[in-house]
Amino acid sequence: MKKPTQTSAPIYEALQAMKSMRLVPFDVPGHKRGRGNPELTELLGQKCVSLDVNSMKCLDNLCHPVSVIREAERLAAEAFGAHGAFLMVGGTTSAVQTMVLTVTKRGEKIILPRNVHRSVMTAMVLNGAVPVYVDPETDDRLGISLGMSVDAVKRAIAAHPDAKAVLVNNPTYYGICSDLRTIVSLAHAAGMLCIVDEAHGTHFYFGKDMPVSAMAAGADMAAVSMHKSGGSLTQSSLLLTGPAMQEGYVRQVINLTQTTSASYLLLSSLDISRRNLALRGEQAFAEVTCMARYARGEINDIGDYYAFGKELINGDSVFDFDETKLSVNTLDIGLAGIEVYDLLRDEYDIQIEFGDLGNILAYLSIGDRERDIERLVSALAEIRRLNKRSKAGLMKHEYIEPIVEMSPQDAFYAEKEEMLPIQKTEGRICSEFVMCYPPGIPILAPGERITRRILDYIAYAKEKGCQMTGPEDPAIEKLNVVEE
Amino acid sequence: MDYWFSELHTKDVKLSIRVDRQLYSGHSEFQRIDVFDSPEFGRFLVLDGYMMLTQKDEFIYHEMIVHPAMAVHPRVRNVLVIGGGDGGAVRELCRYDDIERIDLVEIDKQVVDVSREFFPEVTSSLDDPRVKMHYRDGLRFVRGCKDEYDLIIVDSTDPFGPGEGLFTREFYGNCCKALKEDGIMINQHESPFYSEDALACQRAHKRIVESFPAAKVYQAHIPTYPSGHWLFGFASKKYHPLRDLNERRWNMRGIKCRYYTTTLHKGAFYIPAYVEELLKDVEHAD
Repeated sequence: MKKPTQTSAPIYEALQAMKSMRLVPFDVPGHKRGRGNPELTELLGQKCVSLDVNSMKCLDNLCHPVSVIREAERLAAEAFGAHGAFLMVGGTTSAVQTMVLTVTKRGEKIILPRNVHRSVMTAMVLNGAVPVYVDPETDDRLGISLGMSVDAVKRAIAAHPDAKAVLVNNPTYYGICSDLRTIVSLAHAAGMLCIVDEAHGTHFYFGKDMPVSAMAAGADMAAVSMHKSGGSLTQSSLLLTGPAMQEGYVRQVINLTQTTSASYLLLSSLDISRRNLALRGEQAFAEVTCMARYARGEINDIGDYYAFGKELINGDSVFDFDETKLSVNTLDIGLAGIEVYDLLRDEYDIQIEFGDLGNILAYLSIGDRERDIERLVSALAEIRRLNKRSKAGLMKHEYIEPIVEMSPQDAFYAEKEEMLPIQKTEGRICSEFVMCYPPGIPILAPGERITRRILDYIAYAKEKGCQMTGPEDPAIEKLNVVEE
Repeated sequence: MDYWFSELHTKDVKLSIRVDRQLYSGHSEFQRIDVFDSPEFGRFLVLDGYMMLTQKDEFIYHEMIVHPAMAVHPRVRNVLVIGGGDGGAVRELCRYDDIERIDLVEIDKQVVDVSREFFPEVTSSLDDPRVKMHYRDGLRFVRGCKDEYDLIIVDSTDPFGPGEGLFTREFYGNCCKALKEDGIMINQHESPFYSEDALACQRAHKRIVESFPAAKVYQAHIPTYPSGHWLFGFASKKYHPLRDLNERRWNMRGIKCRYYTTTLHKGAFYIPAYVEELLKDVEHAD
């Protein structure tokens, strides 16, 4: 048999072959190719529901892949220049959690920046690992967290030589890259593993002149959001591993929490997207970069907006910049990013990725069109013309050094008092997460001491219309704290 | 031979025209372009399967998108036409000697080239020295203009396709900025009849109302467009389409039309009750 190459898509081909067999389904899912749920079939289309099938011999099984899924994973590993690749169906959250659960155990330390995605911290709640935070530098003008400086990582490693791993966010949501190669070699020299949350960096593996990818930098594991810049379906993702990782153990860890009914819609979307990226990724991302550069120039020409780019590079905490990210600082318009985000959606029918206190982010990818870029730029010009106001009273995000009193697991499962009104929690240890979503980076994580600055920040973000999530009380008027 | 062109007006209604022969078929960067000859409507232009103009009824559309504003605004010198690569609106504008400059912004040069070849009577004024062609995205063009035009004519395709950006608030807002303090914007406003078109029509009206101090619509009967009942938008910073209509002044010009008269002008702004309601629903929303 001929060995499949990047031009093949084994799962997709197996699904097509399965369809032509016209099997009589006496297995799950119970909608039976959509017949049992006509409204759903009407909504999604016959083709889509007829591919929503369960694992079967000809389609392999994600929990223990031996045929087409294994082949698809091998091709993915090859395409990404990784030693191993795992198709993930629980979002990049599941890929990030698998990384943390693989490299740490209860009580073990992991070095990481505080601006990590919630999935890193929820993994620590699950396995009892202890965070050692490195202060990501903050850009004063923009009010965004940057990358980890090499010195800060060095200091953390020296102070915690017993840590098991270093986690790097690369790139950040805003496109900021750390000096990944140096951080990887620092970690390895200290006998630690280096894992990378690369949720926003799928294109680094295929585009030309992109920042270095985790696998190319020698990292041991990387979580790659294929559904973000890679074009696969929402909730599908990839976990990549380097040569130091035991494939069988990683699979076991994945299977701790992974569904046993993985969706073939997600799996085939990963397979097809991988093929597409391998064959056409370089050209596609060249076009995305070109559009992003154009948009950045046009937005900066409007005035007051600052669409930042490679000029931020400083050789350390901004080691490189991902030009496909269209992040725009809005403070000089007198509007918080979240307010511009809301205006764009409510008044201009434009949905962008997120707005924070001082910035917005428009996510550009392989599906964008020039005429839509024109709409975005023109809408921003209109917002400036019609909504500009004084910038007095606008708050910028500042780095608030977390005071970690307990491990996230100990705090989350600790005996709790009754929930307290949020303004009365100052000085207590929080036992739950408080997040602004997106980007989904916790303001408070379980085990952290609550301070006045944190409470002010939460109040301001709520007032500006940020979507707050995490606590047991959905209104975020009360918080759970640890009994002391 | 039984050879018909059909266009779906809704998924359950279609208009079919018997065709003699197909004269042209091509794909531009933006859309598919076809030209046919037919016994009833003469030659007609089709973009992405949608009828754009026929020799027999194009005069209605082009007269109505130009003359009502010209009979209201006392002193039109600078005009911007967005879309309208077939040249029909420009042809009507060029009948006014006192217009000094016409900028035509069309994203698709191939539409202009095909029109020149197959519809010379429509494109006849594109070479008038007052006309300057710009092959660019309309939204992009208008973003760079401020306080420049007396009249803007938005002669767009439907809001599904390359013309999409010309039905947005950011576009209308930028047009408002590009107009002088007494400027008028006229736009192709879709049909109020079939439900999907009606929604597009309502949405466009909402976006215009949000961007201009005053916005009215007027109607024309265009046999080859869905339902035949077509609307145009009249958005204005200062002039009222009826109170500021100067019939005498316009009639003195001696411009002879086949559809437009200053009497029809008045009637065109009296729209059916259901259309009034459709539009009123979004005028005071939020």
